Amino acid sequence: MSQAPTENVLELTNLTKRFGGLVAVDDVSLHIKRGEVFALIGPNGAGKTTLFNNVTGLFQPTSGTVVFDGRNITGSKPHEVARLGIARHVQNIRLFDYMTCVDNVRVGRHVRMRAKVWDSLFKLPRERREEVRVTEEAMDLLKFVGIQRQAHQYARNLPYGQQRRLEIARALATEPKLLLLDEPAAGFTPQEKVELMALVKKILARGITVFLIEHDMKVVMGISERIVVLDHGEKIAEGPPDEVRKDPRVIEAYLGKSA
Amino acid sequence: MSTRPAGKRRSLLPPIRFRERIRDRDTAIYGVLIIIALIFPLATIFATDSTFLVSQAGHAGTFVLLAIGLNVVVGFAGLLDLGYAAFFAIGAYTYALFASAQLQASPAHHAYHLPFWLMMFVALFVAAAFGAVLGFPTLRLRGDYLAIVTLGFGEIVPQLFFNFDQWTGGINAIGGIDQPSLPAWITGPWAGANGIAILQNFTCKPFWASSAAPCYSFSFDPIAYYVLVLILIVAAVILVTNLHRSRLGRAWMAIREDEVAAAAMGINTVTTKLLAFAIGASFSGFAGAYYGASFGLVSPDQFYFVVSITVLVMVVLGGMGNITGVIVGAIIIYFVLNSLLPSLPSTVESFASNIGLGFLNDRNGDWPGLAGETQRLQFLLYGLILVLMMLLRPQGIFPSRVREQELKHAAVQEEEAVVEMTHA
Repeated sequence: MSQAPTENVLELTNLTKRFGGLVAVDDVSLHIKRGEVFALIGPNGAGKTTLFNNVTGLFQPTSGTVVFDGRNITGSKPHEVARLGIARHVQNIRLFDYMTCVDNVRVGRHVRMRAKVWDSLFKLPRERREEVRVTEEAMDLLKFVGIQRQAHQYARNLPYGQQRRLEIARALATEPKLLLLDEPAAGFTPQEKVELMALVKKILARGITVFLIEHDMKVVMGISERIVVLDHGEKIAEGPPDEVRKDPRVIEAYLGKSA
Repeated sequence: MSTRPAGKRRSLLPPIRFRERIRDRDTAIYGVLIIIALIFPLATIFATDSTFLVSQAGHAGTFVLLAIGLNVVVGFAGLLDLGYAAFFAIGAYTYALFASAQLQASPAHHAYHLPFWLMMFVALFVAAAFGAVLGFPTLRLRGDYLAIVTLGFGEIVPQLFFNFDQWTGGINAIGGIDQPSLPAWITGPWAGANGIAILQNFTCKPFWASSAAPCYSFSFDPIAYYVLVLILIVAAVILVTNLHRSRLGRAWMAIREDEVAAAAMGINTVTTKLLAFAIGASFSGFAGAYYGASFGLVSPDQFYFVVSITVLVMVVLGGMGNITGVIVGAIIIYFVLNSLLPSLPSTVESFASNIGLGFLNDRNGDWPGLAGETQRLQFLLYGLILVLMMLLRPQGIFPSRVREQELKHAAVQEEEAVVEMTHA
């Protein structure tokens, strides 16, 4: 990209989301620096996924702004956000079940492809070359997450852990600058969690910033550089893992007030 | 997870493609269909000494085209369209209005006789435009709601052609529609006196010329239309197959599977669905122009709801999303509706008299005779056939998934071979 990179990839300013009387996200401000792993934690129902949805355009924030890469994307549609370079991986797997793994990843390449209807209708050479290139890129990504051997299986036939990997590959295919991971380690065995952390490190090495929601403290403490804690939609703590861990408000939110 | 070394990337893809080509069931079906299509006119003309069956086949070809088009909307993009006949009507009327004397009597006071070859593409674009016009406000709706809106559209369009009788002739229909013609310098086996005389010698006046020139008109020669519709179908199949295996085809599949996830991948769901609608409609515009030319008459009642449903049945029964399945489905349903069911009463009657139950054939009080009773039960039988076929093969005759399942097995075998080689 030719534009001068801003220091912060994502800045949320006074973001609020109300559903009727319920304030799901309450006046949250945070910023994510380029190239870091940033984690968002908090008890169930704290508003973490809602905050994600506000970033990716699935919800419109009630108030506040979302600035991505120096550009205000508040209220953009999901496909516009994806085009700009935010990819997400969702909590409940949402793969295209009856498409092969390689096709799932190729769908992820969609926004970076240029073939128009005419190119496809008449299979012009330009389109063929693009298809070959995209297929190779898709295979590379499957290899990157370690499931290239399942390339031609239906997504739905993969075991759980591989489906989550495929989802990450698909998200990476959109060439994001920022990758949102919503509980990537949910339901993983300890061994798989270790592999996931290694994968996140590899993703980081590609120059992609990672914004993570995770319940598993081992994973969070192991890979993230900064952490924000939400409780009832409010930001109650922010800082490096060690600090956050000792914060009395965080302990209170997770364990309850001591008598 | 994968600690075993995988083969080089290049070794994974090309062999699978190769296998795909060999095992491809679709290729086999296409081969059989082409052979049948080529033998059919020769065989039937030889056997029955008339071209009646060939003209029926030409008419069936219209439905094959329609089914291929609807398959784009229903099978690829997963949008239930219950008003598909509307686009068919628009295509047919577009050709009929500009290739007959109809507009002479209309407020325009000028009859247009534009050539078929041009109007075929005009009809295509007009139908596609109407597809986009209908799609634009409605594609935000999902599933059942979209189906109801398209149903309404399908009801409105024939009514419009019915009621705008100043322009369209209304109930009187548009007759005397021009037949396609080829300039005389295009010679071939049809030009010779002793060859297969497909096209007869005519003189036509091209719309740009002031005087008539010799040409070959299709007139109502069934074989000419049969050849034409075959060419159209082959073109449609190639184009749709290309689309299916492209960026757009994958986007359609993704939307059908999970619209929210597709949007998260950066697919603009509204324009992608709009394209499905417009492209699907364009094929029925194509079919409409052909239908108008081959039938020579276009009236609103040829495009009622039953046509939409018949085409939908062809698509679902053949195997949604799979082009070969849809073609076979269209041919089977056409055969059942137009050949099997109408001939059933007389077949049953002669069968009864052959096995000594001839007394059943006579009218007796409330009993209308076996033939009459079969006549009454025709659509019950049609319904039964549909229900049975769906019970036995809910996924359609040739479903699209099977090929991918085969591919999957091929991939697994391929992989095992690679692993064995690297370990050896």
